[in-house]
Amino acid sequence: MTSPPIEKHNIGNGKSNKRKYMLESLSSKLFLLCALLSVLSLLLIVGFVFYRGSHPFIAEGYSFFEFIFGVDWVPGEDKFGIFPMIVASIYATIGSLIIGVPIGLFTAIFLSEIAPKRVAKIISPAVQLLAGIPSVLYGVFGLAIIVPFLQNYLGLAKGQSLLAVIVVLAVMMLPTIVTVAETSIRAVPKTYREGSLALGASEIGTIFKVVVPAAKSGITAAIVLGLGRAIGETMAVILIAGNSLIVPTSLTDSIRPLTTNIALEMGYAAGVHQEMLFATGIVLFSFIMILNFVLAKISARGAN
Amino acid sequence: MKFIRNAAKGLFVISLTVIMSACGNNADGDTKSSKEGLPTIAISGSTSVGPLAEKLAFKYEESNNVKIEINQIGSSAGITNAINGVSEIGMSSRDLKQEEIDKGLKETIIAYDGIVVVTHPTNKVKNLTLEQVKKIFTGKVTNWKELGGDDLEIVVVSREDGSGSRDAFQEIVDYSSGELVRSAIIASGNGNIKTTVAMNKHAVGFISFEYIDESISTIDIDGVQATAENVLQQQYKLARPFLFVHMDKGLTDAGQKFIDFILSPDGQVIVSETGAIPVNES
Repeated sequence: MTSPPIEKHNIGNGKSNKRKYMLESLSSKLFLLCALLSVLSLLLIVGFVFYRGSHPFIAEGYSFFEFIFGVDWVPGEDKFGIFPMIVASIYATIGSLIIGVPIGLFTAIFLSEIAPKRVAKIISPAVQLLAGIPSVLYGVFGLAIIVPFLQNYLGLAKGQSLLAVIVVLAVMMLPTIVTVAETSIRAVPKTYREGSLALGASEIGTIFKVVVPAAKSGITAAIVLGLGRAIGETMAVILIAGNSLIVPTSLTDSIRPLTTNIALEMGYAAGVHQEMLFATGIVLFSFIMILNFVLAKISARGAN
Repeated sequence: MKFIRNAAKGLFVISLTVIMSACGNNADGDTKSSKEGLPTIAISGSTSVGPLAEKLAFKYEESNNVKIEINQIGSSAGITNAINGVSEIGMSSRDLKQEEIDKGLKETIIAYDGIVVVTHPTNKVKNLTLEQVKKIFTGKVTNWKELGGDDLEIVVVSREDGSGSRDAFQEIVDYSSGELVRSAIIASGNGNIKTTVAMNKHAVGFISFEYIDESISTIDIDGVQATAENVLQQQYKLARPFLFVHMDKGLTDAGQKFIDFILSPDGQVIVSETGAIPVNES
């Protein structure tokens, strides 16, 4: 429609016009179908997980409260409590944020504000490559390097621990945090920096007092995305967490996060046990939903 | 509410169909439809014997006009089915009780399953009693020094809940999943347990026989080494037979031929491929 020559060419040629419109509506329908496909997948997955996961509580009289706050997970004896796993997931996520956020943020600042172009050209792709490494390789790395390191240098009986999980998750969330934060810092108008520098502020002062506050919403989004990555990670964690069923009280305890519980036992589970794993999925899904909600709120505020 | 449940059911059916059509094996469907009306052998029982029986049945069906239906419902249920005639053959991973034998059940050992307790190669403890093994895995003994080893904390490594090896181990050593020490590392799979134990001086775990190698040290039980030979001579205690049971006169020709096939060299090769110990090892 936008290119006049073609339209001219088509004048008085009804057949070709008809075909054009048909193609037009056909392709728009095709696009709609593609768009619906992701919505359909979402509905199917959510519906399936919720249907299977809610079944024991609706039809078989299990208490949801006991499921959330129970500390015993012994499927063989009909005990399903995921409290240790909820705590483990939360601890691991918070721990990895404490390490990952400052490093990621400083990397983003360095790349966008301080680094000479040549240096940034090397570091930036490296960070992005980090995001492309399959998570199971992080797990293997953790198992082969971090776990023995903790065993040998901290004198622990077992290196499979909350600490190992935190270290690996922190590295895994780096690319997400760095990329998103870097973009938002770069989007801060140059005039802000120039104004601050003209008033006599130092470069570092400008970065922390002017640029970072201006990019606040983007940085928060970066953190929330990193958090989502950490809480949903399974393959890397399963190898290094130890998967013990205890409520962790120290960094050296081995833990079993929610994701790991599902992946570990789904292979053999049947009946109620399997449904309880789906229920674990519901809890995990709720965590992710809350995160997404927070993220949406943040981006909405950023847009204003 | 009803609508929601129906909708959920619909979703479930749709997703199942999607999954089935995605993973479904066409050839499988074909053989099934072409086998209608053939003699059928109904087998049910142990989930530990099940995978082995499935493999044997798959191989046997290829060259014989027979349909074998296998239901993995647990040893006791399988034995009951065999007694009641619901299934022609029951699968069991435990020995028959006297009252079951009295009801006229006949057993055929088709394979043995052996489990070995493993530690780090530097561990000085080389021999344990079943009672000591139980104390280790239930957390009553927490230091190797109490068992004659170095002054090191014991780190227990177990398989995940639902694993057949774990069930077998717990059954023979005689402790329940609830009794397993809570701080135990849970590893998925024999290989995973082996690497975990091989990397940790403190660790103790259990694996199937075929995973034994130099990276770990094996523990003798009551002074008996974990070898297939000792299992066959019923000396080694951390082992159990895989049984096919049937009523004295309840076996059809087809069923008898299937059991003969399992005990033949061809069948026993499949047995050792799945990691079990063949009955006629020589």
